[in-house]
Amino acid sequence: MIEAADIYKHYGARAALDGVSFRIAAGEVVGFLGLNGAGKTTMLKVLCGLLLPSAGQVRVFDVDGVKDPLALRKNIGFLPDRAPLYGDMTVRAMLSYAGRLNGVDGKRIHGRVAEVLALASLENVADDLIETLSHGYRQRVGIAQAIVHEPRLVVLDEPISGLDPAQIVAMRGLIRGLKEKHTVLLSSHILGEISQTCDRILVLHAGRIVAQGSENELTVGGQKRAEIMARGSLADVEKGELLRVPGVTDVEALPLEDGLIRLRARFASNEVREGLVRSLVQAGFGIRTVNDLESDLEAVFLKLTRTVNPAEPGLTQKGGEA
Amino acid sequence: MNNVAKALLIARRELSAYLSSITGWLILAVVLLADGLLFNTVAMAGEKKSFDVLQGFFYFSSGTTMVASIFIAMRLFAEERQQGTLVLLETAPIPEYVVVAGKFFGAWTFLLLLLALSAYLPLLVLVNGKVTLGHVVAGYAGLMLLGAACIAIGALASAVSPNQILAAVVSGAIIVALLLAWMLAKKIDGPIGDVVGFLDLFDQHYRSFSRGTIKLTSVVYYLSLAYGALLATTAVLTARRWRA
Repeated sequence: MIEAADIYKHYGARAALDGVSFRIAAGEVVGFLGLNGAGKTTMLKVLCGLLLPSAGQVRVFDVDGVKDPLALRKNIGFLPDRAPLYGDMTVRAMLSYAGRLNGVDGKRIHGRVAEVLALASLENVADDLIETLSHGYRQRVGIAQAIVHEPRLVVLDEPISGLDPAQIVAMRGLIRGLKEKHTVLLSSHILGEISQTCDRILVLHAGRIVAQGSENELTVGGQKRAEIMARGSLADVEKGELLRVPGVTDVEALPLEDGLIRLRARFASNEVREGLVRSLVQAGFGIRTVNDLESDLEAVFLKLTRTVNPAEPGLTQKGGEA
Repeated sequence: MNNVAKALLIARRELSAYLSSITGWLILAVVLLADGLLFNTVAMAGEKKSFDVLQGFFYFSSGTTMVASIFIAMRLFAEERQQGTLVLLETAPIPEYVVVAGKFFGAWTFLLLLLALSAYLPLLVLVNGKVTLGHVVAGYAGLMLLGAACIAIGALASAVSPNQILAAVVSGAIIVALLLAWMLAKKIDGPIGDVVGFLDLFDQHYRSFSRGTIKLTSVVYYLSLAYGALLATTAVLTARRWRA
């Protein structure tokens, strides 16, 4: 169990963390989601013992991180946003060094490095200098150095940042694979990544957790937006009764060329969307396309980070402790 | 794995980093070239007794050793911070003082390698002149201690500086201030002047080594200076956990 209780971190007058609390069960893959500057990296650094909190308590598998930072660090593998790798070392030497630094026994290190090389699919570059590797490979080596000493908690700060689509897919598989032996906590500002990789999401905004739960839990009650391209006139929209379709709000219409109009509508559920399209068809519009403007999670995230005042208590969603 | 083994692991990494970098080889080449040139043009200039030649060698070698120490030590923490690798040491279950000790011994070992490579010059004087082995040993003991103190000061400067250039400037400034302490001591009367005079890095403590005499007070001075600087470096690293 990883537990953060009322963590505060101040830089002068500015509060980077403003009373963050959460619990993570062993074996979970949990994602910190937040805008840049929300406090994700600060929170991860506090968890890893890199930063001491101004107030609050961190416990990682029954070790008090503030009172016993050395014992805390034994349990943690950390990949910061920039992988901490020496360019003049080979991948194998780097992993061996990281393992030894973190207490892996000299007799075991070769076998353990071989295991990690295989796990991270790095065997083909094992004897290459790190400075010659691509960004994607470096990130893999970064994850490998974070797990070489078999920590119980693996903390990854923006692990897919800067990767191409193929590398993202490979990295996602690697992170999901860690779940078998480790608890994983990662941060990202990329919603799609968090939702695809993590079991649970902690939404951090202005130094506070404003929501937490699975994607399904977070999106309950969330509004959706869609863009509809249709043949018809603006006047028909204005005199129509689109806004009276139950659950539809904020219909915007814009005339385009060739007799087309673009409608953007906000609605509560997929059923409402169907009702809206049905109303348009009944009003004589020729529907060309219907596209979601943002995912359910995106809508919830934008809503939380735009409207939630983090100073107000009690806004945390399901399972909230912040 | 105990703390000594961890410090040695870090020291080995430091040493291999110097030996695998252009900067490391450049420092070796430039200092050895300077030693050779100064030996021929300064120490050997004119008619001199072999004792004076050897003393001259240890005199200018102190300068090249101090300069080399500044350049060797500037990378210790500043480079790691610039490259984002310091976090590897900061997240490992290793106390800060072990990290500092490992880095110091790695850098100092590299300096000792440099000093060892310059040993052919005083050995030539020993073989062809009338000097004692004790003079050579005392001179090198002085260079080793002076280098240890300067590298420790450089480590501290590297820990507080955001980049290597600033680290070199800061450690250079501290070392120059300690070199000029005798000037300040002349202006101050009484025991405070004596204390300031005692802090002098070169005149007060090194000259006796260059003449073949090992003074215990000077040994204690250099070791204390190195220890104090390393202690301060440890405090700086520990304090980083309270900041960003």
